[in-house]
Amino acid sequence: MIKSKTKLLQLTVTLTACAFLFIPTVMSVMAGVTANYFKGISSGVTLKWVFQVWELYADSIFLSLWLALACLVVTLIIGLPAAYGLARHPGWFSRILEEFISLPLAVPGLALALALLQLYGTMKGFRTSWTFILVGHVLYTLPFMVRSILAVLAAMDLKTLEEAAASLGASPAKRFFNIVVPNAMPGILAGALTVVTLSIGEFNLTWMLHTPYLKTLPVGLADSYASMRLEIASAYTLIFFIMIVPLLMAMQWASSRAQRIAN
Amino acid sequence: MTNRTFVVLCLVPLFIFSIAFLALPLIRLFLASGESAAGWSIYLDILRKPRYLNTLILTVLVSLATTFAALGVSTTAGMFLARNQFKGRGVLLSILTLPLAFPGVVIGFLIILLGGRQGLINQITPGHVVFAYSILGLFLGYLYFSIPRVLLTVMAAAEKLDPSLEEAARTLGASPYRVVKDVILPGLMPSLIAAGAIAFATAMGAFGTAFTLATNIDVLPMVIYTEFTLSANIAMAAALSISLGLVTWVLLLVARSLSGTTVAAGG
Repeated sequence: MIKSKTKLLQLTVTLTACAFLFIPTVMSVMAGVTANYFKGISSGVTLKWVFQVWELYADSIFLSLWLALACLVVTLIIGLPAAYGLARHPGWFSRILEEFISLPLAVPGLALALALLQLYGTMKGFRTSWTFILVGHVLYTLPFMVRSILAVLAAMDLKTLEEAAASLGASPAKRFFNIVVPNAMPGILAGALTVVTLSIGEFNLTWMLHTPYLKTLPVGLADSYASMRLEIASAYTLIFFIMIVPLLMAMQWASSRAQRIAN
Repeated sequence: MTNRTFVVLCLVPLFIFSIAFLALPLIRLFLASGESAAGWSIYLDILRKPRYLNTLILTVLVSLATTFAALGVSTTAGMFLARNQFKGRGVLLSILTLPLAFPGVVIGFLIILLGGRQGLINQITPGHVVFAYSILGLFLGYLYFSIPRVLLTVMAAAEKLDPSLEEAARTLGASPYRVVKDVILPGLMPSLIAAGAIAFATAMGAFGTAFTLATNIDVLPMVIYTEFTLSANIAMAAALSISLGLVTWVLLLVARSLSGTTVAAGG
């Protein structure tokens, strides 16, 4: 009996937490398709607000998708060779470098954005271009890419594989593309999905780095929360959910798969 | 090209990027913090001037409250989900981890839907109950943000705990309370400290949530933001950022050394 009482308490806490997280999410989805939120759902279901959001903020949505893609390309170009380098060249230098590039996981985005603005804010051409926001996104997502690939590479016997290929006459570059990249694929996939998910949702850095002509999706969200009617803000949030939730689920699947391989 | 040269070449892009866009900007930020009339004593001003000291105290208090609440809720729910198999468990787990991808601004909006003027609580309760923009709303926003992160850390640790230890304690006559206190909590402790440090550090630096909810509350990220944009007090904004960054960095370093991983997603 006492045992079931503790279970009951645990269940209550779990369900309360679920309700706390889920109810506002559902409300936001509902409000986005309700004709008049003040009157309630009985006023009718409509896609009017979603279309209105599309008219108002399509540019922001496309900018975010474009940034996420660019961010993925850059983190791959920098992160993939770097993870290989870190795996093949362990030592104090690699450890410090890995620790250092992981700083953006710990230091709040606001502080990083201020640092970037202090150094590059006066370079007008760079400051006002989309590449300035891209730098912020790469800064924040790069450690996820590097660590995700590194975890997979560290778990396999890279040295033996490479020595075998080298004895057959494969050049370092050839070994990299024919052995390292295929073997690192689970880590690359998990890293890529994490990078895209985080880039699309990034607000803290982007709010400081954006210009009035370059608003990303989350910046547009903040904008709509402050100045639009509740239905439009909700419809915009709904569009964001539709984009981010499948990405998150794919990311969790890929990460757990990569982790199983790494262990 | 020798093997070693190739490996070193692979690290070059990362090295250049992190020098140009991380090391140099942070050094510039640090130098900027000393460029006001106050000089380096600006760091003392954070503790001496009531505006900044009160901000610091309030931020630490809200973050501490968030940490303990998130630990309590997530440990209970996490242990329950890790130890019981039942229909719908997967759904509950998905609901509890879904917000990992929500940025702080979106969480702020969800709290407004709960506690704002047009919010759920105001509609279903008599009287005028609006808490979204108060300290309670901010606390709930931070809690929303922390629950999934703490939960994942706790569940990862709970799966490594040996259930037979709890069985043994029970057969020896330990009450459920004693089982939790003497068996489960000590086993989870490193992960709980790690998860707590993560929750505390993210709450200290949470800008997105504060940006939507704390229009009238002075928490650290909002004060940094207003010092920079409205007062153009760049030295103070830089000094506060450096101090905040140092605190969160040290905390997460401790967390990582205790649990081995950091769960971080969304901003």
